[in-house]
Amino acid sequence: MSENAVVVEMRDISIEFPGVKALDDVDFTLRSGEIHSLLGENGAGKATLIKALTGVYSIDSGTIRVSGTERTFAGTADAQTAGIATVYQEINLCTNLTVGENVMLGHEVPGRFGINWRATHAKATTYLRQLGVDVDPRSQLASHSLAIQQLIAISRAMVVDCRVLVLDEPTSSLDRSEVEQLFAVMRRLRSRNVAILFVSHFLDQVYEISDQMTVLRNGKLVGEYQVGELSRSELISKMLGRELDELESIARNASRTIDRTGNPILKVTGLGRKGGIEPTDLDVYDGEIVGFAGLLGSGRTELVRVIYGADRSDHGAIEVRGKSVRLSTPRHSSDHKIAFSSEDRRAEGIIGDLTVAENIVLGIQAKRGWLRRVSKAQSDEVVAHYIESLDIRPASPHILMSNLSGGNQQKVLLARWLATTPQLLILDEPTRGIDIGAKAEIQREIAKLAAAGLGVIFISSELDEVLRLSQRVVVLRDRRKIAEFDNHENFDIDDIVALIAKEGAA
Amino acid sequence: MTRFFRSRLVWPMGALVALVLLNTISRPSFLSISVKNGQLYGSIIDILRDSAPLMLVALGMTLVIATRGIDLSVGAVMAISGAVALQFISKSTSPNRVGTVLIAIGIGVFITLLLGLWNGFLVAVVGIQPIIATLVLMLGGRGIALLITGGFITTITSSPYAQMAQGHLLGLPLAFFFSVGAIAIVGLLVRRTALGVLTESVGINPSASRLAGVRSRGIIWSIYGISGLLAGLAGILYSSNIMAADSNNAGFLIELDAILAVVLGGTSLRGGKFTLSGTVIGVFIIQTLTSTITFLGVPPAVTPVFKALVVILVCLSQSSRVRQYLGRIRHLRAAKPPIRLSGLETEVLAERKSG
Repeated sequence: MSENAVVVEMRDISIEFPGVKALDDVDFTLRSGEIHSLLGENGAGKATLIKALTGVYSIDSGTIRVSGTERTFAGTADAQTAGIATVYQEINLCTNLTVGENVMLGHEVPGRFGINWRATHAKATTYLRQLGVDVDPRSQLASHSLAIQQLIAISRAMVVDCRVLVLDEPTSSLDRSEVEQLFAVMRRLRSRNVAILFVSHFLDQVYEISDQMTVLRNGKLVGEYQVGELSRSELISKMLGRELDELESIARNASRTIDRTGNPILKVTGLGRKGGIEPTDLDVYDGEIVGFAGLLGSGRTELVRVIYGADRSDHGAIEVRGKSVRLSTPRHSSDHKIAFSSEDRRAEGIIGDLTVAENIVLGIQAKRGWLRRVSKAQSDEVVAHYIESLDIRPASPHILMSNLSGGNQQKVLLARWLATTPQLLILDEPTRGIDIGAKAEIQREIAKLAAAGLGVIFISSELDEVLRLSQRVVVLRDRRKIAEFDNHENFDIDDIVALIAKEGAA
Repeated sequence: MTRFFRSRLVWPMGALVALVLLNTISRPSFLSISVKNGQLYGSIIDILRDSAPLMLVALGMTLVIATRGIDLSVGAVMAISGAVALQFISKSTSPNRVGTVLIAIGIGVFITLLLGLWNGFLVAVVGIQPIIATLVLMLGGRGIALLITGGFITTITSSPYAQMAQGHLLGLPLAFFFSVGAIAIVGLLVRRTALGVLTESVGINPSASRLAGVRSRGIIWSIYGISGLLAGLAGILYSSNIMAADSNNAGFLIELDAILAVVLGGTSLRGGKFTLSGTVIGVFIIQTLTSTITFLGVPPAVTPVFKALVVILVCLSQSSRVRQYLGRIRHLRAAKPPIRLSGLETEVLAERKSG
């Protein structure tokens, strides 16, 4: 691909924040008609580099050339004029407007009396069609799935005739088929000579879609590679700076035998909720990790939410250690020593404006009620313990939660639940959107806790994670449990995929 | 020292000091305190005394706002507690007995506690938006007060009741001790128990708090109860000052002053983090302002304009965008916009600090 014209050339870019060099003499080259992945752990400088390119940050030294001319970006508007468009992980569109209004916002076709809506929507449709997106421009944006919204955001970028498209974690909340749809659009844009900068935590996707890769580590450039020349393990070691593949070092847990004689911690019979999950049975025993496999919307999240009481169930019964209980609110569940970590870390997990310490202690405090405050000494002890044992960084309890990276926020949430000494821990996508190092640490921690007797329900879209950790796997599809089996060594991802697909054909 | 300047309180504090300076320059007697019959007199003392009702109301408002709510009913609730207490005393055969007065206050405050809980019920259980839920009582409350007094302005003579707003203790106005007591009790209540941090948690992220097992419903409910109770006490003080239950004017528009005091103090209307000391400063700013306006001889009709000017100045000084702009002027070299630090950056920062 290197024969293509260079569109963006960033040379010796340095950005310094008070006391830290976020980028240190980094070079980055983007060519037209290529999909270029930017890789690195959280905090490697990916986000900073993107923000320098899109005009959010001003650079301290170095040069940015776009199509040969040197540019200084004083703001995002400058970068947009230069033809650089960005679609962020959290889509920044107006959900209360129509699709067409979103696509054409600021570029409406004028008519005799204000805006000519017919022409505007027609034009929006052409842009959407170019990407193969077939939606009614007059429909509300909010009525479309996240994936479609993402494609609409990209269409919007096309309206301003961008030459460079920055996609920051576009796939993190998409399911497999939606990712395919996005990739089809990306390939189409590539063939139209748009340069695409792609950031994703999913290495599979990086290998599937990209032509070039640039790896950053600790604010420095590690190197630029063609996709073919670097194996996955080489890539990971370049990102981590160590030769060890962390994830492989976690032994497969499948072989551990679970004593299923006594009462299970949790026994669910016929539990369901209309429009969420059909009546389902499930047992979890001491020390057991039950993995949920299934696509987004398969009912995996819906099921655990109903169990925990985050959503109300319509029918069914729950027994905790053989005793029939009602878990209709999170409070009841936490009284029965059941903890639940939501898949939506930002909206349902962290308390951003409170400190790390306050976030960790919140679980215990909630159990105690407001009258009996967790004493300073006790809080310090608990917080120090988890910061150390989970290696939360920065190891400073008084920093605001919102300033932590995703992986560290997830560790804090894990600490919050563990501090309440649960007997059953429900983890919905605990490793989503966090870097490999933190992912490995969290997986290892879960395995360790289960070995010590904790029951775990583990949900992940990454099937290898589910297979590696669980002793039992529950497969869900279309809001139903379609299979449940004991995990064993020679079971692999393809078997699960086949299970899901087989039902689909019927 | 730098830490002091970075504190959120520095701006409201600065505004208060500036107001005091302005007053002292225009009338040197502003700061002077005289002693008559062992009691202190002076403009400052007046401010301490007159600010008591607003102080009580604003403390409650701070907590309500921290839960992402608002309590518009506080003025009407003041009218009700005054009406109840005075009606009780006026019907009693021994209005001058301390016992009678205490019972009257007790009934008045208890009823406003119930009214606060009613607000909390509408917000936390029924799920009505706070501004609408408390609007109900804001509009209906004065009617209730008039019903209690039979449509008249009940007046009484009861020396113990008059003492509360007009009496002195250790040379200082008794009302001031009500303020101090309320600040201390509310302060202890929120910071010595976990009520404060749980309230903040509910205000910052209600759904995460719920999933963490926080009884957010109970917390919101009790916060509105506290607000009602404090407003009730404020109503008692107000009626003790004029010795009449004036249902139409008791606490009229005080909800707006209270919200202002909270915001001036630096608590965000978006809820979450709150600062009681900020609110205390905010209340003093508003009270000093009122006294300044009176002294400067500004006609009452244009008083709101003057107040609005000061408020907009203080709010501007708190706006991060304006501060950023001022900061940029100060250091002429281009300053970077304030940025949210990523994990690595904070990490390195933290290391630098400790190392």
